[in-house]
Amino acid sequence: MTKKEVRNFLIAMALFVLAALLPIADSGYWLSIGVTIATYMVLSTSWALFSGPTHYISLATGAFYGIGMFIVGGGIDLLPYWMLVVIAGCAGAILAALIGLATLRLSGVYFVIFTLGLAEFVRQIVTWIQTTMGSSSGLYVLTDLNDTIIYWELLVLGALVYLIGWWINRSRLGFALRIIGNDEVVAVHCGINTAYSKVILFIFSGTVATIVGALLAPRLSYIESNIAFSPMLSFIVVITALLGGAQKLWGPIVGVIPFMLVWDFLTATFPNQTTLMLGICFLLVVYLIPNGFAGLIEKYLPLRHQER
Amino acid sequence: MEILLGGILLGGTYALIAMGLQLQYGVSRIMNLANGEVLVAGSFCAFWLFMGAQVNPILAIIVIAPAAYILNWFIYTYFLRPLVKRSKTQGHLEVDSILSTFGISFIFIGLMHAIFGGEYFNYEYLEIPYEIFGQAYGVNRIIAFICAVIFALSLYVWLSKTRSGLKLRAVSVNPESAKLVGIDVDKTSAMAFSLGGAVTAAGGSLISMFDTFDASIGVVFTMKALIIVILGGVKEIKGTIVAAFVLGLAETAVATLIDPGLTLAAAFLLFILVLLFRPQGLFGRESP
Repeated sequence: MTKKEVRNFLIAMALFVLAALLPIADSGYWLSIGVTIATYMVLSTSWALFSGPTHYISLATGAFYGIGMFIVGGGIDLLPYWMLVVIAGCAGAILAALIGLATLRLSGVYFVIFTLGLAEFVRQIVTWIQTTMGSSSGLYVLTDLNDTIIYWELLVLGALVYLIGWWINRSRLGFALRIIGNDEVVAVHCGINTAYSKVILFIFSGTVATIVGALLAPRLSYIESNIAFSPMLSFIVVITALLGGAQKLWGPIVGVIPFMLVWDFLTATFPNQTTLMLGICFLLVVYLIPNGFAGLIEKYLPLRHQER
Repeated sequence: MEILLGGILLGGTYALIAMGLQLQYGVSRIMNLANGEVLVAGSFCAFWLFMGAQVNPILAIIVIAPAAYILNWFIYTYFLRPLVKRSKTQGHLEVDSILSTFGISFIFIGLMHAIFGGEYFNYEYLEIPYEIFGQAYGVNRIIAFICAVIFALSLYVWLSKTRSGLKLRAVSVNPESAKLVGIDVDKTSAMAFSLGGAVTAAGGSLISMFDTFDASIGVVFTMKALIIVILGGVKEIKGTIVAAFVLGLAETAVATLIDPGLTLAAAFLLFILVLLFRPQGLFGRESP
């Protein structure tokens, strides 16, 4: 490791410890918004790991998240909680692998359309299974996990995502993905198995999203398909990641924190206009800050470039 | 028989909507994910005109389609053209246009939600049962089907037989070469995009005659139109029409045989099969 990397690592550690101290400082409003921010931090970062270099817009986050919730909801009476989280992760990985193999061989548009409908598709299937089996539409998840523990769980998961993301960026896989993102034809000619690289990353991102859903299930305590498969979730993940800048590992987190604070304020003030505001946010990001905050920072801090 | 007729009736309207999207994606190369919202806006206009002034939804299209044309022209000129200019490759344009049209679609939903509220809407127009082969169908459904077929056919004839239709097809095949033979690609793209929007809104007005709708249902129609376009093959108008009927039949079959709640799931299954076995679409040619 170079000196710079050690420094960055220490900064990250310090931030992590600082973030972990939040529940001690406050257990009311700030902890609750902390959980939300941590959730989206993990989701956006894992989203950006896949979509940042490849430019494939995935809207499947909501579907994975909902599946994670439902696995916990369905099995909480049968199996211990930690085992369900593991099962959720495996289920997410398998589903992501299937989706990836079916759609990632093709152009990006097919993938977007597919993932756009995926959450609704899974929701319809889940609802149908529930009605045919005659069970009620909601599931109860009653555990003694409180917000503080969920927050720490999410932080640890986030740290893992960062470590793996950092490792991927340095590995052959990360290099291959960057080439694919720049020019897929070139990548194929270099002998890169493009489909394989994309599928691996998509599996990682899907697994993380499913685990997040499983971790958050105890927080909701009552799980219904309309809430678990909310389409808004996928879009907020996309917008926060793009706002921060999907090209950099630390980009999404720069987007998540301000966005969630503003978003929380806006949704509380205008509860009926959330969709309208989400639309305006999308347009603002696409037209005004196409490379996100990370892009802006890189642009206006040219000193960092000279350091290298 | 019931499934067959129901599917055909549904397929007619789908064909019209999908042709709208086909024009936008095939010619202007914009993957317009706000397509369904334009459709729902058309439905709301028809509803509003019918409830307010008792205007027949078919006559209302005379107002709705030009309005949608102008609206879509504005969207293309002020939101999408900068993206077309900015992007270097087709892939880049796709990502940008997808994100931007998502934004536009949310704004549409938000506005419609603010104006009309979040309830489901429908109105009664020509709800007279009419028997075909011993099974009753609403006259409104049949009229909607006939109108959709007339529109779709005239669009098809216009595209394949006239000079301005030829222009559109030339841009669709290759915008660079179209420029060389003196076609204003920019203007033609804007026109195709607006026309696609107008066709979609007309479809929305027809759908509102027999279906309930609410402010946020647009995405379902976007999905269906997209699936049809891909099923039929991008840039294949004939394929689009056939695929629309395939989807109409598949949905009706699933709704009658298994569960009405699974229609989108049926469409999706069809989509997966196409992606796995024939990604260029039923009628699409192998891309070079």
